[in-house]
Amino acid sequence: MGEFFQNLVNALQYGSFLALIALGYSMVYSILMLFNFAHGDIFMVGAYIGFGIATLLVTLASFGALALPGWLILVLTIIISMFLTSFVGMLVERIGYRPLREAPRASAAITGLMIGIILETGNLALLGAKRVSFPALIESATYDIGGVFVTNKKIMIVFVSIILTLALHQFVTKTKWGMAMRAMAFDYLVVPLMGVSINTIARLTFAIGSALAAAAGILYGVAYPVLEPYMGIIVGWKAFVAAILGGRGSILGAALAGFLLGFIEIFVAMIFPSTFRDLIAYSIVLLILVFRPHGFFGEPYSAKLRL
Amino acid sequence: MRRGLLIGIICCLAVGLIFSGCGKKEEPKIKIGFNIPLTGDIPKVGEGSKFAAEMFKADINSAGGLKVGDKSYQLEFIYEDNESKAQSATAAALKLITQDDVLAIIGPQSSKQAVPSGEICNANKTPMISPWSTNPNTTKDRPYVFRGCFLDPFQGPVAANFATEEFGAKKAAVLFDVASDYPKGLAEFFKGAFEKIHGSGSVAAFETFTTKDRDFSAQLTNIIKSDADILFTPQYYDEVPLIVKQARELGWTKPILGSDSWGSAELMNLCGDDCKGSFFSTHYAAAGAKGATKEFIDRYKEKYGYVPDDVGALTWDSIRLLVQAIQNTGGLTGDLQKDRDAIKDQLAQIKDFAGITGNMTFTPDGDPVKCAVIVKISQAGDFEFYKSVCPQ
Repeated sequence: MGEFFQNLVNALQYGSFLALIALGYSMVYSILMLFNFAHGDIFMVGAYIGFGIATLLVTLASFGALALPGWLILVLTIIISMFLTSFVGMLVERIGYRPLREAPRASAAITGLMIGIILETGNLALLGAKRVSFPALIESATYDIGGVFVTNKKIMIVFVSIILTLALHQFVTKTKWGMAMRAMAFDYLVVPLMGVSINTIARLTFAIGSALAAAAGILYGVAYPVLEPYMGIIVGWKAFVAAILGGRGSILGAALAGFLLGFIEIFVAMIFPSTFRDLIAYSIVLLILVFRPHGFFGEPYSAKLRL
Repeated sequence: MRRGLLIGIICCLAVGLIFSGCGKKEEPKIKIGFNIPLTGDIPKVGEGSKFAAEMFKADINSAGGLKVGDKSYQLEFIYEDNESKAQSATAAALKLITQDDVLAIIGPQSSKQAVPSGEICNANKTPMISPWSTNPNTTKDRPYVFRGCFLDPFQGPVAANFATEEFGAKKAAVLFDVASDYPKGLAEFFKGAFEKIHGSGSVAAFETFTTKDRDFSAQLTNIIKSDADILFTPQYYDEVPLIVKQARELGWTKPILGSDSWGSAELMNLCGDDCKGSFFSTHYAAAGAKGATKEFIDRYKEKYGYVPDDVGALTWDSIRLLVQAIQNTGGLTGDLQKDRDAIKDQLAQIKDFAGITGNMTFTPDGDPVKCAVIVKISQAGDFEFYKSVCPQ
C-alpha cells in the first residue's frame, strides 16, 4: 500500500511537467489550428534561460552583492525567465508561423520541427555538448510520511503547476483577452471582422504558452538537475499527446490529461516490467483515443469546422 | 597567370617532396599510427590519447631514440582523426596501413569504432592495440588485434564480488538503459555473476529505462520495495547524478555501485554531494596512485594542466606494450610485412608486463589478464583507490 502512495506522489510530480507543457500545445492548437512542434524546445530554452539567471543570482549572492535567500532566487528565476521566454515564443511566431498562416497546415507543422532543430543545434553551437547542472537553489528536505517519501521540491512542483493551470483557466474564462482567444478558437475568419486582431491574439497565445513552458523547464531543472540541448524532445512529444488527449479548446482538459499520462506511465512501470513501460502506456492512450477520438473535453464540431 | 601559379605550386611541392625524401634516409624511423577521436562526440578522449603519446615520443626521441637490436630509431607518430565515427575510423585505419606504411596502430578508443577497425587491421595483417575498448568482439578471432584494458565479462563479476564481500549483499538491484549496448551488456554480466554466487532470484530488481529518460521514480520505488542490499547502475556520467539523487530522495540509503563509465571528472560537477561515498570499478585511480603511475600523472598534470583520465593512462601503457614488442623482435628487417608479423608474434607472448594501469599478460585472444580497480568517491569528491580486484 505504501508503494501505491509512493507512486502516486511520483506520478503527481511527473504529471506536473507534462501538464504544464501540454497547456502551451493545447492553446496554440485550439486557437491557430497549429501543431507547434517547437514547443518542447521552447521548454528547453526556458530551462536554459532559467539556468543562466539562477547561476547569475547565485554568483551575485555568493559575492555578497545581492544576498538573496535560495527560495527568493527560485521565485525570481521563474518570473524572469517566464518573461524572457515569452519573447522567444513571440519571435518564433513572428518568424516561423505568421508568414505561413495561409500556407498548407503541413508546411506550418514542419516549420515547427525545423525551428525545434534550429533551437537545439543553436544551443549546441552556443554552449557545446557539455551537460550543465541546474544549481540547487533550495535545500532539499525529505519527509517520511508512513513510509512514503515526499520532498519539499515535489510539493513545490505540484503546487506551482496547479496554480499556474488554474490561473490560466481563470484568464481564459474571465477576462476580455481570454474571451477573444476563445472566440478565435471558435472561428478565426469571422472574429477579425469584429475588430480583434489575429496577430495580437496569436502573439499573446505564443507568449503565454512559452512562459508556461519556461516555468515547466525550471521546475524540471529543479527535479532533474542535468540539462542538455535535446531534453525537450521526448517530454515535448508526450505533452503533445496529453494536449490532444485533453481535447481541443480545453485548458483543464490538457492539464488533467497531462497528469493522467503521468499516472499511466508510473503505474505501468509499477505493475509490468519497466522495459515495457512506454509500450504499454501509450497502447492504453491509443485505446482511449479509439473510444474518445476528440479527447476528454474536446468538442466534436470544432474539428469539422476547420479541416 | 593562373597557369603560372599552378606550375609554381607544383614545383614547390616537388621540391618539398625531394627534400622530405632525403630527410628520411638520414636517420631510420619507426612509424606508429594513431586512430583517435580528435573531434566529434568525445574530443576529450582523443586529446588525452594524443597528449600521452606526445609525452612518450618526446621521452624516447630526446634520449637518442628507440634501440631495436643494434640500431637506434626515432619514433614518428601519425595522428588520424576518426571523428568518433565507425566509418571514419575504418577509413583512417586503411589510410594508416596503406598510405602511411605504419608498423602498427594504436586505437580506436571506443568499441563502436574499435570493432570495425579491428576487422580492417586484421585483414591487412597490421598489429592494432585498442587501449580503451571493453567489448569482447574487438579482439575476438583476430590475431593481429590486441587491447590494453579488461573486458566487460570480467568487470561484471568484479562488481558482483565486491558487493558480496564489501557489503555482505545477499540481494542486488540493477537499473540500466535497455537501449544502449554497453550498460545492457554489463548489467547482464553483473546479473549472471551475482546469481551464480547467491542463486537465481537474488537480483531482486532488474529495472530498465530508455535513453533520454529523466524520471526513474517508478523503477526506483520498485527497487526500494524489492529490499535489495545494493544498487548497481552501469550508466554514463550524465545519467548517474539523476539516478543517485532520485534514489536518495525516495529514501534509498544503501550503497550504490557503478562501472568504468562513471569515471569522468564531469561526474562530480553534475552530481555534487549525493555521489560522495559511492563506489565504481575502473582501470586506474588517479588519487592516491603510487610509483610509476604517480610519476605519469604528475608529469602529465604539469605539462597539460589536468589529471589524466583513464584513457590517457591506458594509451600510455598501450604504446609501451607496442614498443616492448618491437624491441623484443631483436631487430627490424625493413620489410614491412615481415616486421608487422614479428611485432604481432611478440605482442602475443608478452607476460607480466608492468603497466601503470596494472600488470598485464596477454591471452591467445589478445586480451590482457589484468586487475580492475575499485574507486571510492571521497568526501572531497576525489576518485580514490579503494582496492584492486584481480582475475583468479
